[in-house]
Amino acid sequence: MFPLTYSMEFTQLTSLALAVVIGLGFGFFLERAGFGSARKLMAVFYLYDMAVVKVMFTAIVTTLVGIFLLSAAGELDFAMLYIEPTNYPAAIIGGLVFGAGFVIGGYCPGTSVAACATGRLDGFTFIAGIFIASYAYAEFFTGFDAWLASSAQPDVTLPGLTGIPMGWFVLAFIAFLGLAAWGMAAAERRFAWLRP
Amino acid sequence: MNVTTASAFPAHERARAKPAPFWNPYLAGFGLGLVLLAAYLVEGRGLGATGAYSSVAAWIANAISPEHAQSSAIHARYVASGSPLTAWLTWLLVGTFVGAAISGLVAGRFAISVEKGPRISDGQRLVLALVGGIVAGIGAKIARGCTSGQALTGASVLNAGSLVFMLAVFVAGYTVAWMARKEWL
Repeated sequence: MFPLTYSMEFTQLTSLALAVVIGLGFGFFLERAGFGSARKLMAVFYLYDMAVVKVMFTAIVTTLVGIFLLSAAGELDFAMLYIEPTNYPAAIIGGLVFGAGFVIGGYCPGTSVAACATGRLDGFTFIAGIFIASYAYAEFFTGFDAWLASSAQPDVTLPGLTGIPMGWFVLAFIAFLGLAAWGMAAAERRFAWLRP
Repeated sequence: MNVTTASAFPAHERARAKPAPFWNPYLAGFGLGLVLLAAYLVEGRGLGATGAYSSVAAWIANAISPEHAQSSAIHARYVASGSPLTAWLTWLLVGTFVGAAISGLVAGRFAISVEKGPRISDGQRLVLALVGGIVAGIGAKIARGCTSGQALTGASVLNAGSLVFMLAVFVAGYTVAWMARKEWL
């Protein structure tokens, strides 16, 4: 039964080898989608190419459907999945800061790795920036981090929050993806003049 | 005789051949979703790109001065979780690099270049990428995750905090995009 790590004992080497294999797939599809290119990524904010949202939503819906079906079939124990604690102030403040950095820098932490791997020099400086930030955060933000951590709540999911079963959200997400696909195609036609 | 196929070009011509177009975004998204699903099925957790950086930062801080590393609760937490060489997220990122390199090389998209709009210089763009990396890095640390660890991973299990994070990212993104239009358009 899934997840495998709870039903079988992985050696450290196996576990890290699996990380590399999953990473290979992650990097491959990021690059195939065009996410190694800052211009392709940033196009979403000027509405002439919505690939970022299309890829993200399709990935989310694919995983969501897979997890829902496997849980319903009794093959996956949903309770065993790690759910990052929900922290609304951290999500809002962090999300706003992150979004600003995304547009200024042209990448996010995962896509900058794909950019580096395909020779983009701005990908290298972006990664240097994340590294500086990670170091600086640990040096100067410990108090802020502890204050934020105090408002984290474990396992807050939409079904838990609303009492509506997961299946309805799965249907809603699929419907939303369909609707968004139609809306994004319209946006791309309207803003095609911005395309380089 | 057909001379238009790529194999008919001499090597120096092939090197300058047009890079292959990106995949259909819905197809690439489906593939990415299967990878994320695989991470959940195997490891019981999703993807993440920012954890590895903190792990390396803590390791360096500890190498310079263990006392100093212990004085930061954040460094101390990562030091306690072991060397970055044995961290799952580090090897995930190594795989990500290799996977993207393979995809880019096969498609003829590997190019030493700088991604930017036509109205700024390479130097300006490299500095903006550094600044953006710092800002995004701080944001990811505050939110405990980035587009991978929060948005993708969290949204696919309907994590409320991750969905709020994703919404905030797009609100800030569209706002700052107006100010940053000279960089990209």
